[in-house]
Amino acid sequence: MTASVSTAPSGGSSRVQSAVEWGRRNAWTLGLLGFLILLLIFTRVIQPRYGVAGIQGLAISVLPLALAAVAQAVVVISGGIDLSIGSMMALTSVVAATLMDGQSAEFAIVAVLIVLLLGLVLGAINGALVVVTRVPDIVVTLAMLFVWAGFALLVRAAPGGAAADWLKDLARGSLVFDWLPRAAVLLVVVVAVIWLPISRTRFGLSLYAVGSDPLAAFRSGVSIGRTKILAYALAGLFAALGGLSLTASTGIGTPVPGPYTLLSVAAIVLGGVSLAGGRGGVFGPVVAVVVLSLIRTDMTFLNINTNLAVVSQGVILIGVVMVGSLLELRRARA
Amino acid sequence: MTATTTDFLLDASDVSKRYGAVVALRSASLAVKPGEVHALMGANGAGKSTFVKILTGAVTPDSGRIAVRGRDRTVHSPLEARRGGVISVYQEPSLIPDLDIRSNLRLTETPTEPFRDWLQQLGLADLDTSRMARRLPLASLRIIDLARALAIDPDVLILDEMTAALPANLTERVLDVIGQRRGGAGSVLFISHRMIEIAAVCDRATVLREGETVGVVDVEAGSEERIVELMLGEIASEIGARSAAGAAAASAGDLAPRLSVKGLTRRTKLDGVSFDLRAGEVLGVVALEGQGQDELFNILAGSERSDGGQVLLDGAPVEFHHPADAIRAGVVYVAADRAEALLMQRSVRENIALPFSAPIRGWGRIDASAEGRTIDEAVATLQIDARAANEVRRLSGGNQQKVTIARWVARGIQTLLCFDPTRGIDIRTKHQIYRLLRDLAGSGASVLLYTSELKEIQLACDRAIVIFGGQVVDEMDAADADEPTLLRAAHNLAADGGGAVAATAEPAGPA
Repeated sequence: MTASVSTAPSGGSSRVQSAVEWGRRNAWTLGLLGFLILLLIFTRVIQPRYGVAGIQGLAISVLPLALAAVAQAVVVISGGIDLSIGSMMALTSVVAATLMDGQSAEFAIVAVLIVLLLGLVLGAINGALVVVTRVPDIVVTLAMLFVWAGFALLVRAAPGGAAADWLKDLARGSLVFDWLPRAAVLLVVVVAVIWLPISRTRFGLSLYAVGSDPLAAFRSGVSIGRTKILAYALAGLFAALGGLSLTASTGIGTPVPGPYTLLSVAAIVLGGVSLAGGRGGVFGPVVAVVVLSLIRTDMTFLNINTNLAVVSQGVILIGVVMVGSLLELRRARA
Repeated sequence: MTATTTDFLLDASDVSKRYGAVVALRSASLAVKPGEVHALMGANGAGKSTFVKILTGAVTPDSGRIAVRGRDRTVHSPLEARRGGVISVYQEPSLIPDLDIRSNLRLTETPTEPFRDWLQQLGLADLDTSRMARRLPLASLRIIDLARALAIDPDVLILDEMTAALPANLTERVLDVIGQRRGGAGSVLFISHRMIEIAAVCDRATVLREGETVGVVDVEAGSEERIVELMLGEIASEIGARSAAGAAAASAGDLAPRLSVKGLTRRTKLDGVSFDLRAGEVLGVVALEGQGQDELFNILAGSERSDGGQVLLDGAPVEFHHPADAIRAGVVYVAADRAEALLMQRSVRENIALPFSAPIRGWGRIDASAEGRTIDEAVATLQIDARAANEVRRLSGGNQQKVTIARWVARGIQTLLCFDPTRGIDIRTKHQIYRLLRDLAGSGASVLLYTSELKEIQLACDRAIVIFGGQVVDEMDAADADEPTLLRAAHNLAADGGGAVAATAEPAGPA
């Protein structure tokens, strides 16, 4: 702390300075959050009936993709990519629905823990394969996309199973006051509880270090292999949470993976994570998922052809990232 | 050699390593006493960098024994080396660009207080540790990296070419700090190409040649000769006979200029630079760091535009919008950084062939046999060590630089812009490159040679111009361009103006 004080003109302004620094570092996420608020206001304008129910529905519907985006963000920050996230979600989802089928609410707690552990293991296997075989991550995880999807079908050939009632209720309704959906709180709490402590450990720093400059990280004494395996394992954990959210929201398990893998990549890019690794966080992608989902909703309200809406989603993605790069370029030149 | 291991802080013996068919280290030994600053010397390709990688745990040796404080160590990673008390600082700083300095310190578990103290001693007391490493200048990062290593107070501190691209004033501070470690509990293994630095701070020097330790020398007055002899082996005599180039090719004076630069300006960097580069001459450019030489070379090579002025090629005005324009006109750039010019993962042959196959009209079949002949000639002329010819990145730095020059030679290029081409290359290969440039000039080519080593001017050039503050401030024949004269001129001092003259010029690093 003495370090920042010595450079500050006076002791009092160092807090202001560090706040400014924090703002600068999280500028992308804050900007995205501002955009989301504008978008919510816009939604309300074009559809005055959009209210508590709409926001609750939005929060529940974004849960799986938001968790997938967090999973992807962790891996991409460490310099990798995981194309098997969607399949891991499907596999964990059907395992959860099968375990809970016809069981007590108490057993469901055990089932949830088993599924989370399963996610960690699946992710760790992905990571270990990437590290040990030295086959490029994109190839390994593409292969595992099929492997995990196959296992999901082996567990359950057709959608079915059940979810404990408490699990289904977990994300429904509001908390404290109407405008605060329970699902949103759940999402933020779960991500924060797992991510914040980790990001403050040496492992958290190692994640960024390995993604930013593997050689410098290696020379700084970071174990590249172990960091990568842990990153994939953590992604597996978040994918399992995503799978659980799928089971909770539908009440069953579906063995066919949703479109989550590619959408998660889109969301992290929009959320300020550099695909080159080393830059970004997990909250930006979460906000990005909500933004993408809300834009889609608005297009429905505006009676825009759904297919055109899909096209526009791609255009928005390129546009936003381009503007972001231009801003970064200007900052670098200034 | 057979002293008991406990006498030495770091004791490595009979270390060997081979990469496929290439033997990088045959039998290297090194013994560093406590409180000693020990130099590790060797020509490029002697196995120095492999040896350092083994000592720091980045590479596992095939055989050999390494002991720290008398205990045998098998080190498999920098992490284990670090725990064993061996820390290295490299020419490229090992700071994570996307983390701020504070997080970088946490990553390596570096105590803050001693780090601050060392920073202060190194002249960087006012560093703001909340800044991202990527936003700090390279020279500062190098100093931070060193302070971070010193803060842990390691048994053995390895400095691997860390002064190679450091400005002179910082180099001095670094040497000061290293000097202070003499007589202490820890020791320093110092690797540098600059004899003057070795003489200034080192107690002893271990010399490697062709993967073997060929001698350990006490560093004292006059020991430089002995070290060079050991490094070079049987070819020492060859280098002794300097190519006294300057006088020989003076006859080129009355020829028309190949490249004529008139009043070139660029932002605040170039302020009306004019000179002629004649056919068949090597023209040296001397300048301190950041005097506009980077911009000058970039403009001539077509990678940057000028704001004003004119460039004439064989009397006709030219304006290059892209390096491809310049290459087409027969003007090419040879960078100090080989990585900028080469496809590191491709073969020597492909790298040499690339510029011929680049024109779009050549998209059809490549005439492999004709191409092969030209390439073989170029490889032979330049004496490229082709043992690892399948992947350029496995060649030594000197051989890589030869490849970048060879590709243009093979194409019959007439004008070469060489920007510090011998940076980080050993003496032996340096001399081969000087000779190559001389030979090229002898066959009618023109070479513009910027160098950060002043003595290269007399070894390789016919004439020299001196740039200061974006202007040509002096011009002289190579015969008159001894180091003191050049250094005064580079500082824009009058020829007989006094002032202490340091023995090293400021190296040109990326600003």
